[in-house]
Amino acid sequence: MKPSSPISLGTNQTDAPSPSSVKVQVQNLNFFYGSHQVLRSVTMDVPALKVTALIGPSGCGKTTLLRCLNRMHDLYPGNRYEGSILVQPDGTNILGAGVDPIQVRMRFGMVFQKPNPFPKSIYENVAYGLRLQGVNQRRELDERVEKALREAALWEEAKNRLHQMAHNLSGGQQQRLCIARAIATDPDVVLFDEPTSALDPIATSKIEELIVELKKRVTVLIVTHNLQQAGRISDMTAFMYLGELIEFGETNRMFTNPAKPQTEDYISGRFG
Amino acid sequence: MLFSKVASRRWDKGVEWAMVWILRFGGWISVLVTFGIVITLVTESGPFFAKVPFQRLVSDRMWTPLFADPQYGISALLAGTLVTTGVALLVAVPLGTILAIFLSEFASVRLREVVKPMLELLSAVPTVVYGYFALLTLTPLLQIVLPDLPQFSMLSAGLIMGIMIIPYVTSLGEDSMRSVPMLLREGAYALGDGKLGVALRVVFPGAFSGLAAAYVLAISRAVGETMIVAIAAGLQPKLTMNPLDSAATVTAFIVQVSLGDLPHGSIGYQSIFAAGAVLFLMTLGFNLAGHALRRRFHHAV
Repeated sequence: MKPSSPISLGTNQTDAPSPSSVKVQVQNLNFFYGSHQVLRSVTMDVPALKVTALIGPSGCGKTTLLRCLNRMHDLYPGNRYEGSILVQPDGTNILGAGVDPIQVRMRFGMVFQKPNPFPKSIYENVAYGLRLQGVNQRRELDERVEKALREAALWEEAKNRLHQMAHNLSGGQQQRLCIARAIATDPDVVLFDEPTSALDPIATSKIEELIVELKKRVTVLIVTHNLQQAGRISDMTAFMYLGELIEFGETNRMFTNPAKPQTEDYISGRFG
Repeated sequence: MLFSKVASRRWDKGVEWAMVWILRFGGWISVLVTFGIVITLVTESGPFFAKVPFQRLVSDRMWTPLFADPQYGISALLAGTLVTTGVALLVAVPLGTILAIFLSEFASVRLREVVKPMLELLSAVPTVVYGYFALLTLTPLLQIVLPDLPQFSMLSAGLIMGIMIIPYVTSLGEDSMRSVPMLLREGAYALGDGKLGVALRVVFPGAFSGLAAAYVLAISRAVGETMIVAIAAGLQPKLTMNPLDSAATVTAFIVQVSLGDLPHGSIGYQSIFAAGAVLFLMTLGFNLAGHALRRRFHHAV
């Protein structure tokens, strides 16, 4: 897990962003569930303040890759990483031996496939991460909870019921609450794992608007099964297949003029 | 071919019909038994309540229905039940909850497989054994620390009763904690929380409806427990809230009186059923409260 040269670009990349605007550099990442290798030498530079979509058929490793970025795999025994993931500007390798996964997770927010609000009030859900980071002053908590809820476009709906249980919200509202919870602590990167797969089209479009809005201040990575969604909201798209990163480039070009035949097959609906 | 298909379907239907009726019968038996108990309690304690005005139950300070000058202060018995139950809960709720959290969130699968059956063995020990254990082992030990502790004390009986009901709290509590979805835990981990924080801040509130049910079951079990208190807490009804004192509980009174030979229909005989009815109402109340709690928190997950 020693970091290799910070500007080495993968051979699969076609139009990688310039190194200065790179937020996360994944370098030769291999990942194993026990002895089963799920990711094979993935190398990609995720640009800062952009939306990067990870697409590919089921089982291609896109969610596994996403969960490497906040070390979620550490929660389960038998998982192993090889390679490095550098976070810029400081260049910390988050897979490094001395790095505490908890510190990583405080910089990488995550939103899950299904809304998963805690069995607490709306307010306490958003305040959860803030309290973990030592914010205890009532005034500051109030302000930052409100700010996060506004950014998640939930403030108007929630401001009169902040102290009611979060489970009284609708599914779409719950997912926006989870987004508020993830961004309340000002993370560098927010990871979305198919955030709209359990939502109806109206709730989905609200979440999509939010994600586009979010990239003004955070880097976004989103795993999606929905190619139209990737086309609508992402700036960059990475296509994965069988644990490998096949192609990574600007979304427009990827969808109109993919360089690799597998990418074209997938995007045109021939498989997956 | 067609015929055999029809025949087998008819047979399937017959089996289904039989199964439905067997299940229905099983369901009705429990309802009928409950009704039978209620009817017995009401009819047998009816004459008692007819003879003894309700006011005396509340205002009398002593419970001596068998004396020449009878007193009917049920509070003297209720005090014993409440104090022993309280002591038992002070042991079982914290210990049982901590154990449940440990087994559900921290223990390895192998450790859990070993500890859980061992713990459940605690509730398989006959209560008479617990009773004498309290009287002959725990009380002398407690007397080293508390020299004034009498031979029979609610403290000793309550502590042992608490140990007996730990498995009820742990087993139900652990089940409900493990049924909290992994997705909720991951949500908290993703925010940078640690194992203990996730257990206390997310899993515990998420499992609260199940825990509340576990606590209520523990209360009902403690209120209804007979042998331990009859042996170790004393048989003298006494209106006291001091756990260092000895006092009879409702159940201890029932077992004590029913061991003597009371003529059927005497006030002493009827008083057993009156005490039983009060006990029944208490556990019913606790169960209803538990049910309400469960419903209140059920939406939580």
